[in-house]
Amino acid sequence: MTTNENRTHAINMNSIMGFRQKPEDSPEMCIKVDGLNLFYGEKQALHNINMEMPKQKVTAFIGPSGCGKSTLLRCINRMNDLVDCVRIEGQILLEDQNIYDKSVNVAALRRRVGMVFQKPNPFPKSIFENVAYGLRIQGINDKRTLAETVENALRGAALWDEMKDRLNDNALGMSGGQQQRLVIARAIAIEPEVLLLDEPASALDPISTLKIEELINELKEKYTIVIVTHNMQQAARVSDYTAFMYMGELVEMGLTGELFTNPKKKHTEDYITGRYG
Amino acid sequence: MIRLWFKSGSPWIWLTAAAVSACLIMVLGVLSLVTIRGLGHFWPANVARIDYQEPGGQQQTIIGEIVDTSSTPAIMARSAGYKMADGETDLLQYQLKTGNRDLTGADFRWIQARHIKQQDYPENLTVIERREWGNFYGEPIAVKEEGKTIATGAAALAIALDKMAEAKLLIDEIKQLEKNEIGKINYAIDHLRLQQKKLELENRWDAAAQQQLAAEKAVYETSYKALQDKLAGLYAQTKRSSLVMKTESGVEADIPFFKIVRIYQPNTMSVLAKLSHYFSKVGEFLADDPREANTEGGIFPAIFGTIVMVLMMSVIVTPFGVIAAVYLREYAKQGFTTRLIRIAVNNLAGVPSVVYGVFGLGFFVYILGGNIDRLFFPEYAPAPVFGTPGLLWASITLALLTLPVVIVSTEEGLARIPSAIREGSLALGATKFETLWQTVLPMASPAMMTGLILAVARAAGEVAPLMLVGVVKLAPALPLDGNAPFLHLDRKFMHLGFHIYDVGFQSPNVEAARPLVYATSLLLVLVIVALNLAAIVIRNNLREKYRALEG
Repeated sequence: MTTNENRTHAINMNSIMGFRQKPEDSPEMCIKVDGLNLFYGEKQALHNINMEMPKQKVTAFIGPSGCGKSTLLRCINRMNDLVDCVRIEGQILLEDQNIYDKSVNVAALRRRVGMVFQKPNPFPKSIFENVAYGLRIQGINDKRTLAETVENALRGAALWDEMKDRLNDNALGMSGGQQQRLVIARAIAIEPEVLLLDEPASALDPISTLKIEELINELKEKYTIVIVTHNMQQAARVSDYTAFMYMGELVEMGLTGELFTNPKKKHTEDYITGRYG
Repeated sequence: MIRLWFKSGSPWIWLTAAAVSACLIMVLGVLSLVTIRGLGHFWPANVARIDYQEPGGQQQTIIGEIVDTSSTPAIMARSAGYKMADGETDLLQYQLKTGNRDLTGADFRWIQARHIKQQDYPENLTVIERREWGNFYGEPIAVKEEGKTIATGAAALAIALDKMAEAKLLIDEIKQLEKNEIGKINYAIDHLRLQQKKLELENRWDAAAQQQLAAEKAVYETSYKALQDKLAGLYAQTKRSSLVMKTESGVEADIPFFKIVRIYQPNTMSVLAKLSHYFSKVGEFLADDPREANTEGGIFPAIFGTIVMVLMMSVIVTPFGVIAAVYLREYAKQGFTTRLIRIAVNNLAGVPSVVYGVFGLGFFVYILGGNIDRLFFPEYAPAPVFGTPGLLWASITLALLTLPVVIVSTEEGLARIPSAIREGSLALGATKFETLWQTVLPMASPAMMTGLILAVARAAGEVAPLMLVGVVKLAPALPLDGNAPFLHLDRKFMHLGFHIYDVGFQSPNVEAARPLVYATSLLLVLVIVALNLAAIVIRNNLREKYRALEG
C-alpha cells in the first residue's frame, strides 16, 4: 500500500511542477532522454523519464536500490536489449540521433557508448589482449597500432606504470582495483564518446575507490561520463550534475552543488539527509 | 543410549563411509582380479613330469604345466561318480596344460592328485611355442637339415636356437614381402581393374585407354612375378630344417623351425631369465597380430582399432555436440520447445546401445552407405564399399550414442559463464557471434572436454552396437596403412571389447584363451584410462587458462 501511495505522490509532484528537470546553465548537450518508459514484462520499471546530459561533464544518478538508475544507464547503450521481455517506449537521442531507431547498428552504438560494470569483468586473457579486445573485434590487427593504443589506454586509466612489464600476464591475476581500471582502459581503448559507469567502485576498497574517482576526474576532459552510484559522497565528489531517482521516476536533476545543498523536492532532501533509502 | 547414538549422527557417517568402501572394494577387486589373472598368463611356469596311474588303468607319464587346482568335498565327489575311500575328505584335482594338441587332440586335462605316483621337474623338459597347434612339450632329440641329422642330444638345443633365429629372419622377410610389397601391388592391380570397370561404365573404354592400362598392368605383373619367385625361394628355405622332439609317451615329432616362435626350458630358467621371457611375451601381446583364432599372439590390431575408432568418434561428436549446445543455450528462445528438445536429448542417453547399432546398420550402412556406393563407386559393384559395416559407420554410430553427453555438458558449461563476461564483450561493440567465438566458447572449452571425456569413456567400452556396424573377429588389414588414401574409412576393424567377447566365448579353445580374456580386459581398461587421462590433462590446462572469475 505504502509503495503505491509513494508512487502516486511522486507522479503528482512531477506533474504539479510541470517542467523538465534541466541543469540551470546551458552547456552543450550530448544525450537526451525523451519520454522513456521501460517495462519488464507487465511491470513498469521506468516512468516517463525526461532528461539531458551535458557533453564532457560527469552526470551522476543517485537513488535508493531498485529505483531504476542502473536500468536507465543500461538503456543508453541498449544493454537492456539482452534481457528477455523488456519493452521500451520513448527515445534516447545521442547527438540528436535516436539510438532506438531501427536503422541503428547496436554494435556500432556500443562502440560509441562504452560501459564499465559494477564488478570488474576482465576476460581470461592477458592484460594486453584485454585492452586490445575491442580493436581486434573491429578487425585491427596491426601490431604497432595495437601496441600504441593499448599503451595510451593504459596510461589513460593510470595503469601503465604499474602494468607495463606485465602486459602478458593473465588479467585475472590483478587486484580488484587494478581489474576495474583495466576494464576502464579496455573501454577507452576504442575511444567512445560516452562512458557509462555502473557503480564502478562499489566492489572496491577505499584506496582503489579513490583512484577510480581521480581517474573519472581526468577522463571527463575527453568523455561524457554518466555514473550510477548509491554513495552520495561519491556523487558529490565526482559529478558536475546529479539526478535523483526514486521508484522508477526522475525526481530532480541539477548541478551537483545545488542539488545537495538546496534540493527543490522534499523527496530529494529526505534522501540526501538520510531519512530513508 | 542407542537413541543418543542415533542422534549424534555417527550411524549416518558409518553408513556413508561403508557405501564408499564398498564401491572402492568392488573397483579394486575388479582391477586386481583382471590384473592377476591377466598378467600371470605370460609367466613361464615350470613343467612337471608326473607318473600317473588311475586304479585299473595303465601307468602313464604326463608332462605339462599345472595351471589350476580344484578341491571337491568327498560327498560331492561321490555323487559326481568318483570312488572315494572312507578316510578321504576331499578330492584334489589338478588341471594340466599338456599341449601337443596335434597329437593328443586336447591342450588340457584334469588329473586326480591321489593317483599321482611321482612328480618331478626334469631340466631337459622343453616348451616349444608354435605358430600353429599351440605349445609342444617334450624333449629335444635332434636337429635335421634337408633330411640329415646335424645335431643330437644336448647339443641339439643350442643349434636349434640358432636355427630358430635364422628362421625368424626369413619369416620377417616373407611377411614384409607378402604384406607390404605384394600387398601394394595387389592394391594397385585391383585399382586398375576398378579403373577399367569405371571406364567401361562411362563408355570410355577405347583403344588408348586399353593400351595404357594394359601397359601399367604389365609393369605391375612383372614385378609381382619377381616377388612371387623370391617368395617361393624363401618358403623353400624355411622348409629345409626342423627340430625333432620326443613326447612323454615316446612319440617323435618333426617341427619345422619356421613354425616355432620360442624354445625354452622353464625348469632351468633363473628368475631373471623368466622375467625377460615374461616381458618379451607381454611385448608380443601388445605389438603383434593375433594367431590361432585369436588365442595366441598379440592384439595390436584390436588396440589400434579401438583407438582409431575412439579418435574418429571424438572428431565427429565434438563439433556436432558443441554446435547443438550453442544453439540450444545461446540462440534458441527458451521455452516449451527447447525444454522438449532437452528432455529428448537426455532420454537419448538412455537408449540401449544395441538400438543405436541397429539404427547404424539400417540407416548409415544400408541406406546412406548403399546410396554412396551407387553414386560414387559404381565400378566396385557388386562388392560394397561403404554399403557394408566399417570404421566410418562405427564411429558415426558411436558419435550419435555419445552426442547427448557432449550436448549436456557443453550446455552446462555455457550456462556457467558469468553474464558479466558476455556483457563486457558486448559493451565493447562485439556482436553476439563475436562474443561467443572470442570469449564464451573458449571459456566453455573445459566443459566441452568434460563431455568428451565422458563420451570417450562410454564409447571405448561399447561392444554391442559395434558388432553390427563394423567390428570383426579378425581384420585382414589395419584401417591405417601406406596405401593412399592411408586412412581407410570403409574397412572393418578389430576392437578390444569385441575381442574379449570373441576370445572368451566364441573361441574354439576356450581354456587356452581364458587368461587372454583377463589380459585383454586389463588392456581395455588401461586404454580407456589413457585416453581419459589425455583428455583430462587437456581440460585442466584449459581450466587453468580460462579460470572463471571468482567472487
